[in-house]
Amino acid sequence: MAEIRIKNVAKQFGAFTALHSVDMTIRDREFMVLLGASGCGKTTLLRIIAGLETPSQGEVWIGDRRVDKLPPRERGIAMVFQNYAVFPHLTVFENIAFGLRMAKLPQSEVDRRVKRTAELMHIEQLLKRYSGQLSGGQRQRVAVARALAMEPDVILMDEPLSNLDALLRLEMRAELKGVLAESKTTTIYVTHDQVEAMSLADRISVMNGGYIVQSADPVEVYRNPAARFVGSFIGNPPMNFLPATRAGTNQWTVAGRVVPGPNAPRDRIEFAIRPEDMRLGEDGIPATVRVVEPLGAHTLVTTDVDGSMLRALVDSDLSVAPGDHLSLVPQPDRVRWFDPETMEAVR
Amino acid sequence: MPRLLPYLLLLPATAFLCVFFLYPFVLVAMESVTREGSYSLDNFQRMVSHWKFGTAMRNTLLLAAVVVPVQLALSLAMASVVTKLSTGRSTLLYIFAIPLGISDLAAGLIWLAIFEQTGFLNSALYGLGVIEQPVLFLSYQNPMVIFAAIALAEIWRATAIMMVILVAGMGLIPKEYGEAAEVFGATAWQRFRKVTLPMLKPSLQTALILRVILAFEVFAVVIALGGTNFPVLMEETFQWQFTLQDRGVAAAYAMVILGISVAFTILILRLLHVPKGARV
Ligand SMILES: Nc1ncnc2c1ncn2[C@@H]1O[C@H](COP(=O)(O)OP(=O)(O)OP(=O)(O)O)[C@@H](O)[C@H]1O
Ligand SMILES: [Mg+2]
Repeated sequence: MAEIRIKNVAKQFGAFTALHSVDMTIRDREFMVLLGASGCGKTTLLRIIAGLETPSQGEVWIGDRRVDKLPPRERGIAMVFQNYAVFPHLTVFENIAFGLRMAKLPQSEVDRRVKRTAELMHIEQLLKRYSGQLSGGQRQRVAVARALAMEPDVILMDEPLSNLDALLRLEMRAELKGVLAESKTTTIYVTHDQVEAMSLADRISVMNGGYIVQSADPVEVYRNPAARFVGSFIGNPPMNFLPATRAGTNQWTVAGRVVPGPNAPRDRIEFAIRPEDMRLGEDGIPATVRVVEPLGAHTLVTTDVDGSMLRALVDSDLSVAPGDHLSLVPQPDRVRWFDPETMEAVR
Repeated sequence: MPRLLPYLLLLPATAFLCVFFLYPFVLVAMESVTREGSYSLDNFQRMVSHWKFGTAMRNTLLLAAVVVPVQLALSLAMASVVTKLSTGRSTLLYIFAIPLGISDLAAGLIWLAIFEQTGFLNSALYGLGVIEQPVLFLSYQNPMVIFAAIALAEIWRATAIMMVILVAGMGLIPKEYGEAAEVFGATAWQRFRKVTLPMLKPSLQTALILRVILAFEVFAVVIALGGTNFPVLMEETFQWQFTLQDRGVAAAYAMVILGISVAFTILILRLLHVPKGARV
């Protein structure tokens, strides 16, 4: 059992607060992705779990052990570093065997595990090489193999694919998913790439400015952002937001149209809709086309609605040009609302 | 033209070295194999057959064998501590580097002031009542004490140069390697042995070569503390050149020192060789 519980963890670097009171639970064998923009504290949180950084407050539990005072080697974790940290003075074999040798496993077991993980990562023909003789992708495989060989309860990964080119990234992503699902470890995976997060995660924790704003499965995070930030960060292009003013009980005026909405205790809230959740039709939001970007299957249309920007994905058969006037009808069950003061979702 | 430019730029320095280093060197080398106008190994014969040669050779090698390993261990320990510091690092480096600013003769004299009959050590021991009267530490009857004093002075004087080189080398090792080792189960000592030390090889090479060569050229400290009671190769060179006025044998000594230095340099380069592809 390797459930990870993080209780009220905070981290200050001098006067700067990198993490504000984080609470989260990662279930046994779960693939949890920490997603957020650069500088939001993902690496800091991961390093606290690894034991490479001490939290200013709070507790970290792995299974039924409190580990925040233990050195990294006593935590039962393995880690894949962003720059791989594959030792240059050791061969690939010795790199993968490093942790096993530290654990003083018998040579036969070392051989067995190195062989098995090397096969798993398709690097068995590289075992005699040094890391200076490897490509970035191969080094990445070595780093993963080194972690898997430990057969750890928990694997931590800090942006392991960010140094690879786009094609290799796609390939490694699928491979990692398969390998890790099979290994039955609990995984925490840090990334700022939302597509990577979506495709890998059992659950995503979205971070912003040292807070965790939402932890939920990928579809939930996408469909029902708990905070305005989540909607504006996830999705490419992200969610659209338009100002809404109270028109009556559960009635709001958006771009001159009255639409049904929540019963919020404010006079102004925000109306939100994803670009793909609008279609062209009668009596929609009046929008003036500014930019047209054909993407293949769809065309991305950037429009102006009373001075606010609204993006819509429309069928690429439709011919639109800048200056055209469109009427965009939001799909009612996909409309979301946010409180502009608290930035949280209003239901 | 651009391909020739680097060589052109290096030309003045190369010419300077040729005129003021290579040329005198060739002269000394010639001198060592010349006796009364004809080529012979007579100089070497004379050098080896003199009773002091064996002692000088033994003393020099022994001194290097004791001093260099101690300095290596000390400088590694000091460099590890300094590298870990977050504040006060440069202050500490400056303090450690103070002996570097002192000439070797001055260093010898400082330690002489400590060990001589009217020195600090005697006054201190006398003041504490440990001894009845001042002791003559550095006499020819106590070769071990002379040896220890010289070794101590050398260690005090020249450890910092190794440390400075090692601190620079450690600074070049990315922090991630140490962290990876830590996560994968290495203790602090194992991290040092399995990660820091192997990755420090290039700096260790530089530091050791520099230090070993200087150890074979030890002179002023020995003169200050041991006088002629502790012959070393460099001292013998000096004696033959100036006291005995025999430039041929002095040149032979110089060649021997050069030979040992080159041999050890090659040995160090071999031992600490980093295979291609295994470099950082
Ligand atoms: N050792 C440190 N000293 C001071 N500030 C630090 C330190 N480490 C991190 N920070 C700060 O803490 C914040 C969070 O850093 P962190 O490395 O966790 O970000 P991140 O989410 O991993 O970003 P990225 O995606 O760029 O890797 C940043 O603003 C960073 O400047
Ligand atoms: Mg990071």
